[in-house]
Amino acid sequence: MSFLQRIENADRRWVFLLMGLAVAVPIIYIGLTGKTLPEKATPLAESAFEVLDDLPSGSRILLAWDFDPASEGELGPMATSFIRQCSQKGHRMYFIALWPVGAQMIRSTTTKVIGGYYPDLEYGRDWVDLGFKAGNEAVIKTIATDFRQMFPADARGTSVSAIPMMEGIASLADFDAIVNVSAGYPGSKEWVLYAATPLKKPLVVGCTGVQAPLMYPYVPNQVRGLLGAIKGAAEYESVVNGWVREDSIRKTLVAGGMAESEAASTATTLARDPDDAGAWSETAAAASLTPESKAAVIALAAAPTPGIFLEAQRRMGPQLVAHLLMIGLIVMGNLVFFASRRRGGGR
Amino acid sequence: MNRQNVGVIVVFLILGVLVAARAFVGDGMGRVYTRLDPVEMVRIDRPVLDATLVETETETQTQTTESVWVRSDSDQARDFATASSQTVAWNRSEPVTPAEAFAAFESGETAGIRLDWPRTIGLWVAAFFTLAIFSFLYKDNPFYKVAESVVVGVSAAYWMVVGFWDMIVPNLLGNLAPGFVQATFLPGLDAASPQWAYLIPATFGVLLLTRLLPKGQWLSLWTLAFIVGTTAALRMVAYIEGDFLSQINATVQPVYQVVTDADGGVDGYATFWASLRQLTLLIGVLACLTYFFFSVEHKGAVGGVARLGIWFLMITFGAAFGFTVMGRIALLAARFEFLFDDWLWLIDPTNQRVVASAVGLLG
Repeated sequence: MSFLQRIENADRRWVFLLMGLAVAVPIIYIGLTGKTLPEKATPLAESAFEVLDDLPSGSRILLAWDFDPASEGELGPMATSFIRQCSQKGHRMYFIALWPVGAQMIRSTTTKVIGGYYPDLEYGRDWVDLGFKAGNEAVIKTIATDFRQMFPADARGTSVSAIPMMEGIASLADFDAIVNVSAGYPGSKEWVLYAATPLKKPLVVGCTGVQAPLMYPYVPNQVRGLLGAIKGAAEYESVVNGWVREDSIRKTLVAGGMAESEAASTATTLARDPDDAGAWSETAAAASLTPESKAAVIALAAAPTPGIFLEAQRRMGPQLVAHLLMIGLIVMGNLVFFASRRRGGGR
Repeated sequence: MNRQNVGVIVVFLILGVLVAARAFVGDGMGRVYTRLDPVEMVRIDRPVLDATLVETETETQTQTTESVWVRSDSDQARDFATASSQTVAWNRSEPVTPAEAFAAFESGETAGIRLDWPRTIGLWVAAFFTLAIFSFLYKDNPFYKVAESVVVGVSAAYWMVVGFWDMIVPNLLGNLAPGFVQATFLPGLDAASPQWAYLIPATFGVLLLTRLLPKGQWLSLWTLAFIVGTTAALRMVAYIEGDFLSQINATVQPVYQVVTDADGGVDGYATFWASLRQLTLLIGVLACLTYFFFSVEHKGAVGGVARLGIWFLMITFGAAFGFTVMGRIALLAARFEFLFDDWLWLIDPTNQRVVASAVGLLG
């Protein structure tokens, strides 16, 4: 049997094995070395970030987690980054789910991000878990006019009238922005049709790769920011990570007595290039700070980003290798096809 | 036993030996640790700052205290709890990282940290089912069938339980019998007067269940008719506004898109690309519409435009396929991360364990 015939008749399980290795080897390599591929944010990811960043601290953000564990690998990283940006910015977060398992996703992501990195945020004042409601788009349609009809109590069984941050929430119109992480129906399309379009509310969507092409036509009028699949998540993650570092440094500098404008520019410089922290600590501006503040700034600039906020960027390594393999297989399949046709073996 | 089955058994044996070996190297693998956190709540009667009038069946009186549950170590408990106050206590199980657990065991100060057997077994079951699902790539087998059946069964049960507690109890029973629901299921729910209008959806819900009866299944058609009718009406309005009119509005824009820079001047570079984008969008929409317009034969100029429409459609399908591949690889990567990180402890991207133990394996 010639090489050509071997390739033509190769068992498809060899492709599965190669794909498995193409994904597994980079995961182990990245897991051991901690190295991730650099990400440059596209305008869509930047828009998603800016929608939440442009709102003043304390704004009311409705976060609808319409996904399940089956799509957690793709959508989990963007969900954690959305919570991280809202928590760092000081927005009030209202979590709901139109998928039954979405309630579990809310608990999982809030425990990881708020419980692990923002323990000062108080349940009922800074964030609330309103849980799952059945009814698909009818839920959105109802809360567009009467929020409490669908959500009389939170996921813990507390009446919403006893939750301080629910004061003033009568309908969807009372929210400043909506963030939806969606794996299908009901999901981002329903939020576009029943909330963002009629209420003219800023909507940011994070969705699976299967949904992404269907959501592009809604950008930018009906969807202000769109994160498509793990690539969108990785871009948004990198933007949020950089901003959180910069914001943390700026707050520390201001707390140390530095003027707001100078603190902002210094924070931008140090967040972009942490190696400058050593040289900066010798400047006159740094000398005006207390030793504790200076040490805190240097530590923040050099601190590694926690692993849970690098999930999407870690998964871009396997993406690269697996895509190269797929391209190689497609090219090889075509070459074999044309070669066998030339020899008269093709159909 | 044929050669293929022998091959599968050999592969499984090798994997089993590797996993067993991994379990005894370094810190081991696949364990979950938790800390038992005792919680005690006490019911207190605390004064109300803004006294309100409360109407009872016989009289109207001023409410000066309210009964609430607070943690027994809180300031309010110290101030208002009495010896006869009602208390409840339980243990909350909080996950801790293996690194924390190792440090606690080494120092001897475990402070409630222990190996959590139920969660550990759950982790191993999850790993087993992941591998069982992967085994389908080789060929259909009983392990895959078991995993598939368990997923379907557990999902159906979970949906039913969640639907009952998140929807039927607070939204239906909570409106029909608020006092009973507050006293029995949801102490935090407002005990307002019953909303009898909710009998209508309750009746519709019961009618839907008649599909399960041997006779009288036609009664469920009323509910189905209601669902179909309301859904069609809801969607029609939303689709006309959100999909049809808004998309026309987004498409019919000036081809020359002026983009200004921060100084208010025209940004030539951005303007060129924005205009090109708008032009491509317009041509693409018109070409695809022409392709789906079958009242005119696709010949000559119309045929050329229709063929252009096919190209646009093919590019769209290619992009959709690319996105789908990306999504599937991300899901596969997530499962591998679970196996390598949570189960085998080969990698430690979130610093859950002592990193040196994993790296040391390579050396």
